[in-house]
Amino acid sequence: MKSNILIVGVGGQGTLLASRILGALAERLGSDCKLSEVHGMSQRGGSVVTHVKIAPEVASPIVGLGDADVILAFEELEALRYINYLKEGGTVLVNTQRILPMPVITGARKYPENILSELKARAGRVYALDAAAEAEAAGSLKSVNVVMIGALAKVLGVDIADAEAALKAAVKPKFYDINRIALGRGYACDCEEKI
Amino acid sequence: MRKLMLGNEAVARGAYEAGVRVVSAYPGTPSTEVSEYISHYDEVYAEWAPNEKVALEVAVGASFAGARAMACMKHVGVNVAADPLFTAAYTGVNGGLVVLAADDPGMHSSQNEQDTRFYARSAHIPLLEPADSAEAKAFTELAFELSEKYDTPVFVRTTTRLAHSQSFVETGERREVPLREYVKDIKKYTMMPASAIGRHVAVEAREDRLAADVNGMDIVREEMRSRSLGVVCSGVVYEYVREALPEASVLKLGIVYPVALDRVREFAAKVDRLVVVEELEPFIEDTLKAAGIACEGKNIFSRQGELSTAIIAEKLLGKKVNAEKLDLPVRPPVMCAGCPHRGVFYVLSKLKLTVSADIGCYTLGAQPPLSAVDTVLCMGASVGIAHGFEKARGREQSKKTVAVIGDSTFIHSGITGLINAAYNKSNITLIILDNSTTGMTGHQQHPATGYTLKQEPAKILDIVEFCKVAGADSVRVVDSYDLAAVEKAVKEETAADGVSVIVARRPCALLDRNYPPAMKVDGCRKCGMCLRLGCPAIEKQEDGSARINPALCVGCGLCTEVCRFDAIKEGAR
Repeated sequence: MKSNILIVGVGGQGTLLASRILGALAERLGSDCKLSEVHGMSQRGGSVVTHVKIAPEVASPIVGLGDADVILAFEELEALRYINYLKEGGTVLVNTQRILPMPVITGARKYPENILSELKARAGRVYALDAAAEAEAAGSLKSVNVVMIGALAKVLGVDIADAEAALKAAVKPKFYDINRIALGRGYACDCEEKI
Repeated sequence: MRKLMLGNEAVARGAYEAGVRVVSAYPGTPSTEVSEYISHYDEVYAEWAPNEKVALEVAVGASFAGARAMACMKHVGVNVAADPLFTAAYTGVNGGLVVLAADDPGMHSSQNEQDTRFYARSAHIPLLEPADSAEAKAFTELAFELSEKYDTPVFVRTTTRLAHSQSFVETGERREVPLREYVKDIKKYTMMPASAIGRHVAVEAREDRLAADVNGMDIVREEMRSRSLGVVCSGVVYEYVREALPEASVLKLGIVYPVALDRVREFAAKVDRLVVVEELEPFIEDTLKAAGIACEGKNIFSRQGELSTAIIAEKLLGKKVNAEKLDLPVRPPVMCAGCPHRGVFYVLSKLKLTVSADIGCYTLGAQPPLSAVDTVLCMGASVGIAHGFEKARGREQSKKTVAVIGDSTFIHSGITGLINAAYNKSNITLIILDNSTTGMTGHQQHPATGYTLKQEPAKILDIVEFCKVAGADSVRVVDSYDLAAVEKAVKEETAADGVSVIVARRPCALLDRNYPPAMKVDGCRKCGMCLRLGCPAIEKQEDGSARINPALCVGCGLCTEVCRFDAIKEGAR
């Protein structure tokens, strides 16, 4: 398995856990892997980005501009914000959930329309899913991140058993069952190309 | 065992395996997790100190007493610890002494971009710089050995991208290093002129020995490839260089102070063009130039921000990246929904006060729509700055000025500012935002929370009584969620003569997550008052009315206090 994955979202959405599941997956598949996270100030509801690089040998832990095979976006606007990181012909997997940033909340700016078509114009493939609805159906609104990892595993052609084992290695035992349902719902999502 | 590890966890593991016995630290991004990981090892005594100066003094004491010891801090924490640091370079060590300093190029979570490497040079302390987690562990172990071999504290310097990146580490067993005997030695451990004069000679002799020995160290590694370009680099930048310039020859400096000048000279002689690639200041570059080694560096690369594979490829190979700029609404960090600081800043903004704030989550009070903050400088500075404002502009100024500081930051270094204000007849008003934790760095204990780093019960510093003893003329406690009470207290205390302290108390909203029901809007008149709170859960809809996002709202009820039409009510969870 070889993939540069940029996980983007809003502080508090759990990009960190998502990257750690992918780290556990790489470990399981015997691949080299580096992850880079954001802590501190940027976590307080700000735009966050987590880098995941899986390859036989990884040097830099950072996914550079034009270097991501996949952008895994937990929020629409954040998908577009980081689109320059996508390789030509790369894949965007986006949660259609919208979380309004402060300039939109106060009415200073409008939330951009047509984000999916903007993404489509710049990406090879765009998959969209309502991960918040899937998470809610799984029994925990907080499991959006795991739903997205499930969907990513499907797109990358990862075996569900490997994905579940990685999940088990990355989450606390008491949260495993509910997250396994979320992972399964993401994996089962109709990830046919949208738009 | 092979394991994916955060750089910070790897430093902790390295110290553990090297037999460290005592660790003291103050939290600071990106260094915080080193101490948190270490606290899980039963064999190691680990603590949160009130600030970095104390942390280093504790580590020095443990080292003098014969134990391997470590102090951990972020780059600006080294400023606080600089006093013991410079003289610990004179005393040297008994047990190995390591100082972990985490720099933050790009300022992901810092107020400046200072470069710790200069401390190494000016304090005459060797500095190691690992490039990934495996090196973070190995170099930390090596740092303890070098410390004892050369009788000096040793820096391990990380940067955000190392500290907060994960890569594979091979773990080993802990080596129990016996306590070294402590022998009273006034000439070595008591720094006064007569003995320090002798130690200064020892410092120089040690540095000369190190400057020669670094040339033979394994952590200075030459990788010869094409001769057309040779790069000198260190730390995580090495990884970017390898990715951007796979053909280039590289001299990787695992130790950055002192620089292995003989090795650089040999390397320079083998390549046509020598470029130093380093983040922040031209530290290595200036060292080479002072030694008469011709090289390039900051004529190509910026002193600001981080480097990356793409920047290096662009500057040295002319590779262009997609630089399309999209005009999107920004998403800056904000105070969380239910944050107890929000109401206080709402009041300060409403009263149009001059606010000298401090370092912590509440620095976010400077962001729109509250925009309530005038100044932020460094840990603890809010108090001194408010006092300085009064001394410059007189009593009328202090009637419309407040200092704002968090509980952890107050204990870190606001305390001395308060003592100064009381002593020097100040009339300042200090608001201590007491959320019962160290918030921004991820909820660390401190002397007023009642628990230690190892989560053991501890004595509780009584902030109110402390302020009285320090000389405050008035100390009162208000509930941060009670806007009317906060406003009344601020008005009265700014009007009153003498030093006033208002302790605005309410635990961080992220601590106890048993939230009451979310609020809902019913009968909005579109006045926009609630939007002035800058709460991420309150959204302005197309028609101008407010909506409360039930997924984000934690039911703090602040918005019901500002709504003039009683249009915000308790909803459901």
